[in-house]
Amino acid sequence: MEPIAHVAGRAIPFGRKNVDTDVIIPAHWLKTITREGLGKGAFEAVKKEPGNVFADPEYAGAPILIAGDNFGCGSSREHAAWALLDMGITCVIAPSFSDIFSGNAFKNGILTVALPQQAIDRLLEVAKTDPVDIDLETQTVTTRFQDRFAFEIDPFRKHCLLNGLDEVGLTMAQGETISAHEAKTRAELPFLARTPASVD
Amino acid sequence: MTTKPRTLYQKIWDAHVVDQRDDGTCLVYIDRHLVHEVTSPQAFEGLRAAGRTVRRPDLTLAVPDHNLPTTARKDAQGHVLPIADLESATQLAALRTNAPEFGIRYIDATDREQGIVHVVGPEQGFSLPGATIVCGDSHTACHGGVGALAFGIGTTEVEHVLATQTLLLKQSRTMEVRVEGKLGAGVTPKDVILHVIGVIGTAGGTGHVIEYRGNVFREMSVEGRLTVCNMSIEGGARAGLVAPDETTFAYLQGRPYAPAGADWDKAVAWWKSLATDEGATFDKSVAIRAEDIQPTVTWGTSPEDVSAIGGLVPAPEDFADASKRDAVKVSLEYMGLAPGTRLTEVEVQNVFIGSCTNSRIEDIRAAAQVLKGRHKAAGVKWAIVVPGSGLVKAQAEAEGLDKVIIEAGLEWREPGCSACLAMNPDKVPPGERCASTSNRNFTGRQGPGSRTHLMSPAMAAAAAVTGRLTDVRELVG
Repeated sequence: MEPIAHVAGRAIPFGRKNVDTDVIIPAHWLKTITREGLGKGAFEAVKKEPGNVFADPEYAGAPILIAGDNFGCGSSREHAAWALLDMGITCVIAPSFSDIFSGNAFKNGILTVALPQQAIDRLLEVAKTDPVDIDLETQTVTTRFQDRFAFEIDPFRKHCLLNGLDEVGLTMAQGETISAHEAKTRAELPFLARTPASVD
Repeated sequence: MTTKPRTLYQKIWDAHVVDQRDDGTCLVYIDRHLVHEVTSPQAFEGLRAAGRTVRRPDLTLAVPDHNLPTTARKDAQGHVLPIADLESATQLAALRTNAPEFGIRYIDATDREQGIVHVVGPEQGFSLPGATIVCGDSHTACHGGVGALAFGIGTTEVEHVLATQTLLLKQSRTMEVRVEGKLGAGVTPKDVILHVIGVIGTAGGTGHVIEYRGNVFREMSVEGRLTVCNMSIEGGARAGLVAPDETTFAYLQGRPYAPAGADWDKAVAWWKSLATDEGATFDKSVAIRAEDIQPTVTWGTSPEDVSAIGGLVPAPEDFADASKRDAVKVSLEYMGLAPGTRLTEVEVQNVFIGSCTNSRIEDIRAAAQVLKGRHKAAGVKWAIVVPGSGLVKAQAEAEGLDKVIIEAGLEWREPGCSACLAMNPDKVPPGERCASTSNRNFTGRQGPGSRTHLMSPAMAAAAAVTGRLTDVRELVG
């Protein structure tokens, strides 16, 4: 995973509320067995709407997406995060995110920034003409018009994002702690600890 | 030791914490992992690339469902038929090789036990009360119907569970959805959950785990509870649960993966101890009167866009929130519906009875009860009934339900996710409407341009018969 400390550049002023993962990447794009190339299918239906922001050359290659409440609701498909990444988006700003999506985004090095609707409205305005700047270290979103919005982020997620840490590797280092838990479950709740497929 | 009163969720959580960090993030043990073909290839690829193995293949079960065509899988001579869509075939083949390579039991598309992961888990007794269950699919919440803490995960998390049998999680807030009273005739578990989502909204449960409480859920069958918990995610909650009770134990006993002998008695004793303690508190509570729930359908493109079947298509102005007004406007345009239209005047061209929400034997029975002695309307071009598993299919056939369905002019298919999501050949054509027992009415969900109305199996069967959205109580007294 690439470390991420700072995202700066143009932001796509999408603004829509309840953007579900079927909108981000429709199901027929999920038949891939790799993580790459999904940017083509991202927002497929929206891209067909006349005057949509994704077709506007102004925002070509923008690393930031600004959306409305409850971004990423719906299915657990991580393809939604991969599609955004493939489009070049490394930060999404919205008033709120679905739990599964924000987890998937984080695990792929996409920063999700939750800000109040008022701040979102202001950033949607700025984004039409100017870049937006997100600094993870100081947890702030700024613009060249002296806007400054602070955001919250889970300290562990921040640490992992800043250092590009892989969670699987981190957890595997705790193998002994996991084994101890398994032994305890085998003793106390044996019916959970094994299935007919277990050999012990 | 005195402990504070705890909820069902907190008890399951506490039993599974392997380690806790200072910031409250916990390493949580996962008891059961269901794997399907869509969200796993990249996870297996990740393991292979890093030279990692699956920590507990014995707690993992793989079954294909999303991509499978629901037409015959073998020809008359018993040869397995090829899958025409090359991408689907590639994804299915990847699971068929990945699972055995990593020592995981794989149920093939041609096996009797094959089905939708969320039907197979409980049916096999693989899903147990008090267990933590995950799957790379948001409808994993379904298994909360047996009292499991079950939730959907992304592919990186699938890889994490395969490698470590754990997940890094923060404890969720708790939410109580209490439904008390007496459900009216024709009101099914699907109507209950659609109504609940209408009340709480699609983000109402975000950050929470829902416990469904009250006599309505206590009196509900396990299959009904699975339907309710299945759609928790449509209310924003990652998981939903119903406390395990005698109904649950009777459902599970004797199933292939369920504990047996002394293990069974030990299990039941523990399961009984899981119920929310008297005096435990929830972060959020919603109370609904059962009498207020009518047979319910959706009219828009969000699962919260629900109305009693006797209602009208709303107007954007009916909503106080400005952004919801805009969303409703876009939604009605997409759905091709004019405000003020009676829902029972809306004609449907397609009917889909199936999906992890409503494809179990009780669902098939409910549909067949409405279809018996009737025939689908001339305006209904495509109507399919897709059992949730090969075992559901066999049971339905033993009861003669397949004949009732076929005689009514509907198709009786092979198990799979089918027309719930446009990943296999079962799709709703653009601009056409579908009375569907699935869980999502999102734009394009059943195929580009498709218009979905969510409802119960009995209501979908009624729509098949009349060719329009119909109050099932008019057909079945």
